[in-house]
Amino acid sequence: MPLDTSLVRKPFKVIGTRVRRPDGIDKVTGRAKYGADAFAPGQLVGLVLRSPHAHARIKKIDTSKAEKLPGVKAVVTAADLPDLTAGDRGLRDTLENCMARTKALYDGHAVAAVAAVDMHTAKQALKLIKVDYQVLPHVTDPDEALKPNAPLLHDDIFTEGIEPKPVKPSNFIKIAEYGHGDVEAGFKEADVIIEKSYKTEQTHQGYIEPHACLASVSPDGTAELWVTTQGPFVYRNTCAALLGMDINKLRVTSSEIGGGFGGKTHVWAEPVALALSRKANRPVKVVMTRDEVFRATGPTSSASMDIKIGARKDGTVTAAFAELRYQNGAFPFTWAEFGAMTAWACYDFKNVKSVSKDVVVNRPKCAAYRAPSAPIAAFAVESTMDQVAQAIGMDPIEFRIKNAAKEGTKSSYGPVYGPIGIGPTLEAAKNHPHMKAPLGPNQGRGMACGFWFNFGGQTCVDVNVTPDGSVTVAVGTVDVGGSRASLALAVAEELGVPYDQVRVIVADTSSLGHNDMTDGSRGTFSSSMAAVDATRKAVQTLRERAAKIWEIPVDEVEWMDGHAHAVGEKHGNKAPLSVKEISAQAANTGGPIAGHSEIVADGAGVSFATHICDAEVDPETGRTTIKRYTVIQDAGKAMHPSYVEGQYQGGAAQGIGWALNEEYVYGKDGRLQNPGFLDYRIPVCSDLPMIDTQILEIPNPNHPYGVRGVGETSIVPPLGAIANAISNAAGVRLNHIPMSPPRVLKALKAKKK
Amino acid sequence: MAVLVKTTINGDSVEYACQPDESLLDVLRNRLGLTGAKEGCGTGDCGACSVIVDGRLTCSCLVLGAEMEGRTLETIEGMADGDKLHLLQQQFIDHAALQCGICTPGFLIAAKALLEKNPDPTEEEIRFGLAGNLCRCTGYDKIVRAVQAAAKEMRGA
Repeated sequence: MPLDTSLVRKPFKVIGTRVRRPDGIDKVTGRAKYGADAFAPGQLVGLVLRSPHAHARIKKIDTSKAEKLPGVKAVVTAADLPDLTAGDRGLRDTLENCMARTKALYDGHAVAAVAAVDMHTAKQALKLIKVDYQVLPHVTDPDEALKPNAPLLHDDIFTEGIEPKPVKPSNFIKIAEYGHGDVEAGFKEADVIIEKSYKTEQTHQGYIEPHACLASVSPDGTAELWVTTQGPFVYRNTCAALLGMDINKLRVTSSEIGGGFGGKTHVWAEPVALALSRKANRPVKVVMTRDEVFRATGPTSSASMDIKIGARKDGTVTAAFAELRYQNGAFPFTWAEFGAMTAWACYDFKNVKSVSKDVVVNRPKCAAYRAPSAPIAAFAVESTMDQVAQAIGMDPIEFRIKNAAKEGTKSSYGPVYGPIGIGPTLEAAKNHPHMKAPLGPNQGRGMACGFWFNFGGQTCVDVNVTPDGSVTVAVGTVDVGGSRASLALAVAEELGVPYDQVRVIVADTSSLGHNDMTDGSRGTFSSSMAAVDATRKAVQTLRERAAKIWEIPVDEVEWMDGHAHAVGEKHGNKAPLSVKEISAQAANTGGPIAGHSEIVADGAGVSFATHICDAEVDPETGRTTIKRYTVIQDAGKAMHPSYVEGQYQGGAAQGIGWALNEEYVYGKDGRLQNPGFLDYRIPVCSDLPMIDTQILEIPNPNHPYGVRGVGETSIVPPLGAIANAISNAAGVRLNHIPMSPPRVLKALKAKKK
Repeated sequence: MAVLVKTTINGDSVEYACQPDESLLDVLRNRLGLTGAKEGCGTGDCGACSVIVDGRLTCSCLVLGAEMEGRTLETIEGMADGDKLHLLQQQFIDHAALQCGICTPGFLIAAKALLEKNPDPTEEEIRFGLAGNLCRCTGYDKIVRAVQAAAKEMRGA
């Protein structure tokens, strides 16, 4: 749906205003219902038994004692979730991740589950399940897992991308390559070459709401699932496939979602809850503990990377090369490949290449985490970019401006860019007062850039005009952070009615066509596109009805400011008709007035950001404090600027946590040592400064208002920006994330020697 | 064996029976239907379950339901005065200080407890006063601004 240039030229009426969100009152009064807040008559408590071993063969599971415990209504194992995946590897992996079959592949892997009348009984029952494990050697590091003698997780992974296909299975899932030009020739033209290696540790999305669901399977084969999710339709389709149900028999209702950041795009305990309910013939509620969330759900990859950049003294990059090795957890995916695609996306290099190596290890199955994989690669790339700038004696912003991608650039991952924001964000950073502010002792300033693809996808929206002229809107793409407000603004804008006359709800999966999940920063982008489309169809109907009322041709009716106007000299005596006046007569003019939209929201505009960070490094302890932080990002068009700023600030804060503190710590036994918020420390209020934001608006030509997704890019630059700031503050270059006090102190001591 | 407890919640006298090892949070959520307090961790690290017990900010996951005999409790459900929102609640909405909203009840309770003790806090005092509450969405910027605005308005009122 192309940019409506007439709309961009004339000022919007409500788009861009900072209205109060429609779900605000429910959320400040405790009324809003999240995953764990639902109750069903007769509901049971579901609990999952998890492997204490990083890698073990399951020889036998004896559930007989647990089954006999009074109050236990069902016990399930893999035997209750037969493999119906018919050769679909991804679906089989999902099934196996939800419930281990022959092997437990990580500490926390589900092996059995119970449903009982209360928590006390359910906990007792878990203790009565006897699992006979044969403990196997394990591997949790991506580089170790690539070694020829590494413990093997799966006997059916044969590295993809190598010809001929390897005959021996390994942990090496796939090798992929992106780029263009001739990097070897390019490096020969360089005056300066910087070549460095980097590591990043595994982090968790850290949503405050643990996974929770309430499953109810009826003996007639229909089922209801209430769940905290970023994608009720995707959960429905996956659960139905795993349980052998017709999709229409499972109705999924998404609760309010207490944070997801990619971690609630995959099913975990939901198929298990449905299996328990099916067996017990009662509703079953499963709520994970924080320990389970850390041990068993979606962290992002840890990684190991080599970067090489060559440049001439005038600042022209002649060649750039990256090799990225990411672990995917215990099941195969392509997270390193995402890193390879995004690594160089900010720049216009003649010769560029990135190679990705994806690896499985004995850790939880990796899930998407906000611009998944991109922050890791950007840390390595942006750290190296700064070192090249330093080596040739050029200002790091000028160096990036000289090499920035622009409209018409062939990106390092293939496509040619349309109008993009990397250059403008860099120019804005260069001119920002933050860049000129004085620095104190032990303080340094760093900057870095970031990119994310953004996504559109399948979207379905219904707009219904009620008999009193107010409007209901049903969307199927979950609101994770305020999108209901933005969508109400879009409908109000199109219809010409006040914002508070429009009410947006997130519909369940039986009320609307399929919607993809809220990922790829697609929520506001794609739903607003569909909402505009649906509202324009409703407006067309309103015009037709006005024409009928007036008994004139429809092309003599115009829609303006929320009213039908009869145009032309002969209609001078006709007073305009409001939405209310037209809808009041709907019964006599053709029935209910509505607009529907079913689209694939193509053309999500790519997104770029530049961040500036001031860091202070304590030379005694190695602790880094962020003193000032500025996010500059292109939003295309900020429909609700407050929530756009919120996305910028939230992503930056998560990036700061990742850069400085957050880390999965595994013991030698392959067990996670810090599965709680005390030892896995996310930033708290006193750790952070205010986070300044600057919204740039370079319209996306593929959206009627010019909107681009804004949710993810903000987490991409912080790791590099902070590494660069620490380097400028303390004169040490940290190549291992998180840059926690012990690592910084070690670097400071090494420098002194 | 269940313990019988008589207590006051949001001005109403309430009686409940609970197990001796049952947390106040579980009593509020599972026995009394007060699900505004959330369990984010169950270990007192996230503050999503914050309530006020006899004027003191408390993680309801860290105290027992059985300990509430004769106490006075305030939860998020009692923060607004009928249909009139507390100034903090209004400022959180007006400042877009929430995204997903799961931490919001805990932040509001913690901010209320803070402003009752210190009606004119500095930004640093607000940041340390709310450091027991985790928010993963906002980066805290808009939360701090909302509390500043509410504090100012409450002092003026």
